[in-house]
Amino acid sequence: MITVPVEIQILFAGLLFLMGLIGLLVRRNVIFMLMSIEVMFNSAGMVFVIAGAHWAQAEGQVMFIFMLAVTATEVSVALAIILQMFHHFKTLDVDELNKLKETD
Amino acid sequence: MNTIFYIAAAVALVSTGLAISGRNAIHSLLYLIVSLLAVSVVFYILGAPFIAALEIIIYAGAVMVLFIFVIMMLNVGMERESESNWLKPRMWIVPSVLTVILLIDFLYVLKTMAHEEISGQVISPKQVGLSLFSTYVLGVEIAGMLLLAGIVGAYHIGRQKKKVIHRFMKKEEIIKESDAEK
Repeated sequence: MITVPVEIQILFAGLLFLMGLIGLLVRRNVIFMLMSIEVMFNSAGMVFVIAGAHWAQAEGQVMFIFMLAVTATEVSVALAIILQMFHHFKTLDVDELNKLKETD
Repeated sequence: MNTIFYIAAAVALVSTGLAISGRNAIHSLLYLIVSLLAVSVVFYILGAPFIAALEIIIYAGAVMVLFIFVIMMLNVGMERESESNWLKPRMWIVPSVLTVILLIDFLYVLKTMAHEEISGQVISPKQVGLSLFSTYVLGVEIAGMLLLAGIVGAYHIGRQKKKVIHRFMKKEEIIKESDAEK
């Protein structure tokens, strides 16, 4: 059905992961960091699907479904944390949160 | 088929790059959704139609809506632009072009697949479901518990405690409450 070499497919997933990693390291806005984490999750799941397609096994897709559940949980908790962060500090910049002291 | 894979991969890489380098959060989300659609096309070509559908329904549907809710609630990222400013062509033209490329991809696949026999490489949803609910049924239950913990955790963390603005008002409230108890 598709004759793209599996190395190219893995390379594509790797590039996507790299983009997510760069975004996570470069951006300081916490929403953008969360979006980069999503990209990284997605590319990691893609490697599962590529491997499953390569060996014609259903396990790769099963693992992707589990990753979907983990991602959904992670996103909901992280967004709740972001809401609290904005409520307390009135900013989305993570560099503003480096002081371990009480604010009043 | 190979050309379609390369086109979808290119669209995914370009839109992801634009998503992580954007300034406005909503625009970046738009690019991220295009990226997810492109990745879904890649999954479809790889012979995983079920995962392609899940990718759109859960990632591009549910998770991105959560993001949009939070960005709208926080009211950041707009930086006081007027609504006419949002509707300028340069805001939506690039995501639209990328999505149209994907649409052409999709139509081409539909047209060629109608004449072509699907090879045995495609892993059907039935196989995935059988594997999921027989071999990995323990994992399904653990995922259920994880989601429950996620719901409770998100509710607990996201709850905003009632703030008393002034200490005298606080005192009054306590007195009122004790009066009410009596």
